[in-house]
Amino acid sequence: MNTFINSVPRSWRERKYKYRLIGGICKKCNATFYPYRGSCPYCGSDDIEEVNLPKKGRLISYTIIYSPPSEFRLKQPYIVGLIELEDGTRIIAQITDVDVNEVKDGIEVEAVFRRYREQGADGIIEYGIKFRPISD
Amino acid sequence: MRRVYVCGIGATPIGEHWELSLRDLMVLAAKKALEDSTLTKRDIEAVYIGNMSSGILQGQEHLGSLFATWFGIPGVSAQKCEAACASGGVAFHQAFLAVASGMYDVVVAMGVEKMSDGNTYDVTSALIMADDQEYVAFTGSSFVGLNALIYRRYMEKFNVKHEDIAMFAVHDHKYAVNNPLAQYRKAVTLETVLNSPIVADPLRLFECAPIGDGAAAVILCSEEVAKKYKSDRLVEVIASSVATDILSLHNRKDIVTLNATKLAMNKALKMSKIDLKDIDIVELHDAFTILGVIHLEDMGFAEKGKGWMLVKDGEIEKDGKIPTNLMGGLKARGHPVGATGIYEVIDVVTQLRGEGGRNQVDDAEIGLAQNVGGVGGTVTINLFRRL
Repeated sequence: MNTFINSVPRSWRERKYKYRLIGGICKKCNATFYPYRGSCPYCGSDDIEEVNLPKKGRLISYTIIYSPPSEFRLKQPYIVGLIELEDGTRIIAQITDVDVNEVKDGIEVEAVFRRYREQGADGIIEYGIKFRPISD
Repeated sequence: MRRVYVCGIGATPIGEHWELSLRDLMVLAAKKALEDSTLTKRDIEAVYIGNMSSGILQGQEHLGSLFATWFGIPGVSAQKCEAACASGGVAFHQAFLAVASGMYDVVVAMGVEKMSDGNTYDVTSALIMADDQEYVAFTGSSFVGLNALIYRRYMEKFNVKHEDIAMFAVHDHKYAVNNPLAQYRKAVTLETVLNSPIVADPLRLFECAPIGDGAAAVILCSEEVAKKYKSDRLVEVIASSVATDILSLHNRKDIVTLNATKLAMNKALKMSKIDLKDIDIVELHDAFTILGVIHLEDMGFAEKGKGWMLVKDGEIEKDGKIPTNLMGGLKARGHPVGATGIYEVIDVVTQLRGEGGRNQVDDAEIGLAQNVGGVGGTVTINLFRRL
């Protein structure tokens, strides 16, 4: 069940950055961030360009969710991680294709396109980027 | 700017108040605070209500007019203030500004949250709205989960053991025993904390502030109104500051420091013209054990990575160097989110008035209340001095 209103346009308008790893790079202070936005969160500059972020990175920290929000009920336990991409940009995403007992800090991961949540029983399905361990 | 005083405090006990509604809680707290101040309803000129989630939990917004109607003071200026778990702190700040500016002489700063109406899943959904819905809540992280990311990073970065951080919960429970407003008036052992169920690894249930209902109110007044009180009934607000940080952890360079705490703290010290060492008691926002440790560091009481040592060495006890969370903190006094900032103010004022009972710190003169919204997206610091 959703705890807030279903909306197709709310998901639709984010599709560009939710479906792809497109971040912003600040032309003034050189910072990169995900997702893209028109103003730099660090220096406030409005001179921002879109940048394709690397699809590989490293797990900086993670948690295993046992008591989830309603939208993720019955999917527990699952892993949410803080990932540092190869260029240093960070993102929070689910870590998939790995057992909760085998996940470890520092593992190398790569982006994959996956299902996240549904807007109730008859609403749209929201997709986005998750990360999976890169196998040796 | 005019001087501002706290001349009345009142709150409901925190708990699962099945028989009381959101509006009942607000009315009860305001009544108690007004009684404590000996002022009348007609003296109230403005009301600022801290609340995070009444929309999603009760289907109710427009709390300013709702409260004015049910308390019987229609006509006053009244509004809800929201900054996630720092809603109470920002409501207090607005009330402070309203008196300091010269606009009003008697103002109510209130906080309320009624959480037990929802099941844990729905309340978990409501709480993660403190972060970015499209890029963080979307991932399925709970609010506890975000703090778990900080926790794991902290332990790894500074090589600190889980049990040394979890001690914070034991500390809070010990002091809640003597607080009649506290949700859990029961001591716990470290073993109980470490063996409680995992909510979001590594955070255990007994390291997380509980879900609860409560409302708290304080009456702020100008010097002119304050003149009619004996000085032992008054506490002066010597600083009130609010600072923000980048909303989400992944956009911050360092996730084990809450920059908004540092900023708000600097502003508050400057405004009050006191030094860190002048602060006698602290109420900090330990929604999770790890946050208690980090706040001690970010406020300047410990070096980065060493906040847990203050807990371990007994320095945050009643007779320690920096007595902290002497009424039970968020873990055991309770954390009805939008009300917490005001409960903290009440805890500090109670101590400064010398009404802390068994938990009273000897000769406490200056106290600090820190209220945090989200994972540090908003931090408020309020400083008080006994007259």
